[in-house]
Amino acid sequence: METNNKRTVLITALALLLLYALAVVLDLCIPVTSSWAMLLTVIQKGSVYALVAVSMNLLNGFTGLFSLGQAGFMLIGAYVYAMFTIPVADRMSVYQYYDGGLIQFYLPWPVALVLAGLAAALFAYLIGLPVLRLRSDYLAIATLGFAEIIRAICQWDKLGPLTNGSNVLRSYTRFSSMEIGGLSLATLAPVALASLCILLIVLLINSSYGRAFKAIREDEVAAEAMGINLFHHKQLAFCISSFFAGVGGAMLAMFASTVQAAQFKAAMTYELLLIVVIGGIGSVTGSVLASFLFIAASEWWLRGLDTGTFLGISAPGIFRSGFRLVVFSVIIMIFVLFFRRGIMGTKELPDLFRRRPKAGRKGASQ
Amino acid sequence: MSENVLHMDHVTMQFGGVVAVNNLTLDVNRGEIVALIGPNGAGKTTAFNCITGVYEPTNGRVDFLGKPMVENHPQGKMKKLYAGEDHGSYPKVLAPTPDRITKLGIARTFQNIRLFSALTVFENVLIAKHMRAKQNFLTATLRLNYKEEQRMRREATELLAEQDLLRLKDEVAGSLPYGLQRRLEIARALATGPQLLLLDEPAAGMNPQETLELTAFIHEIRDKYGLTVLMIEHHMDLVMEISDRIYVLDFGRCIAEGTPAEVQNNPRVIDAYLGVDEDG
Repeated sequence: METNNKRTVLITALALLLLYALAVVLDLCIPVTSSWAMLLTVIQKGSVYALVAVSMNLLNGFTGLFSLGQAGFMLIGAYVYAMFTIPVADRMSVYQYYDGGLIQFYLPWPVALVLAGLAAALFAYLIGLPVLRLRSDYLAIATLGFAEIIRAICQWDKLGPLTNGSNVLRSYTRFSSMEIGGLSLATLAPVALASLCILLIVLLINSSYGRAFKAIREDEVAAEAMGINLFHHKQLAFCISSFFAGVGGAMLAMFASTVQAAQFKAAMTYELLLIVVIGGIGSVTGSVLASFLFIAASEWWLRGLDTGTFLGISAPGIFRSGFRLVVFSVIIMIFVLFFRRGIMGTKELPDLFRRRPKAGRKGASQ
Repeated sequence: MSENVLHMDHVTMQFGGVVAVNNLTLDVNRGEIVALIGPNGAGKTTAFNCITGVYEPTNGRVDFLGKPMVENHPQGKMKKLYAGEDHGSYPKVLAPTPDRITKLGIARTFQNIRLFSALTVFENVLIAKHMRAKQNFLTATLRLNYKEEQRMRREATELLAEQDLLRLKDEVAGSLPYGLQRRLEIARALATGPQLLLLDEPAAGMNPQETLELTAFIHEIRDKYGLTVLMIEHHMDLVMEISDRIYVLDFGRCIAEGTPAEVQNNPRVIDAYLGVDEDG
């Protein structure tokens, strides 16, 4: 591994540059009116989901902690981001029922984005204090409850001056309004941000700490006997995962034009769980692939299932609102029953290109 | 008299009404190989778990290198329930978690092998180096701990080479044959840099030949790494061959201690555990 270090860095850098170039080119070439414009949406939203799915995988797949609070942390991220990036001039109209709201200043978007992540991580820290000392099942229950509570609190009228109650937040800095010298960054920005964050997560997973996380996943008792402080490391994984979920939430806000607490339902967490399971629990590549597949399917390919016509078959009686979700349920059942390891299992992209001289011998001995 | 490494002072471990370890006092001196034997359910592994912080003893104290490491006295409901036969009082409550005890220099293996079975042999050993590395998650993520990481990898490689496991470096730990898994578990324990090594039935499931090799192996690592060894074992050949001293446990009580020869001829031990030759 040490010997390949330079090559790995080079290949990663090249792949990222290629990806960025592709994002810019696609953005330039596809007019908003064409039917392929959906592809841009898929790339933008898919990037956001990829980041959140990878952050969820860091916890569920690599540390072995089962958390169901992703939507809650995304909500915190989205709200913190939106609250701080609404221009002061627009605050009166956004917070029309609350006299322009409490916050009367404006932060540049990168600062707000980091703040969004930090806010989510802070909440994760507080939840983790009591819960992470218990068995990990309790984490799922606590985080699921937390996500629901935080959604209700954000809609609470008394917090209106901050969160705008149950009204939407809008007019904040969005991807679609970003540009450098006339070149739109609407697609490049989410792709670049998500890939940077995912790169950081991958670096963490491959570091000494990542190994400690995997040790905890494999056997808590043995990990502890190896001198790994379980609570400290679980807390760390939980906070980092939530940080990136918060950033992802902020990016979802930047992708959409408005933010409203009501959209961060438990169903969103389940969508992400679906992505992680389909991609392969313990595979970053799998989570990224599955995110784009999922978003493409739900926003584009299977849209017809909800609107009446699918694959040229017109059956408004069956293909109506909600049928898409039925199909998704069937898909996840098929995966759980027959492809339990998901698309990638625990493999990563480089594993697919690596020659495995030992594979033959191992196969023979079994 | 050589330096005392581990001293268990009237340790009692009670689960509800069951006294698993009763008033156990035990000493291990530097460089010794001490065995803990006894019938199944005698409380040997429980005693290990009291030393390594998996359990908090109900009463008693454990000193490591002359300093109190674990100490407890019956509290709450246990005050009424308590059925140990201890002497002395232990006012303090010291209960470090297993990771802190490992950091102090006590490493252990498990009765049922507990490797990180989906990870490679190399990663298994590398993980043991994590706790002493000077790094935090930020420096580790941004690769600013490059020197530390290199050192960890080098040390792990050296250790694997010494244990003759280097050729299996990239094998998945769970796919190794049983004997090698045992060996890897010991190597992993050594990687934490211990002064005291606790082996829980290292010869379990081994044939006589492998057991013989294990005897040599334990001697070898003791001398090479300057270890003190406390082990639980059922193979009497191995125990009598290797141990400097033996403690015999029965129903949580220590019924005998001494050199292998003394213990072998102790009528109480024969009665409780070793059995008479005629019985086969």
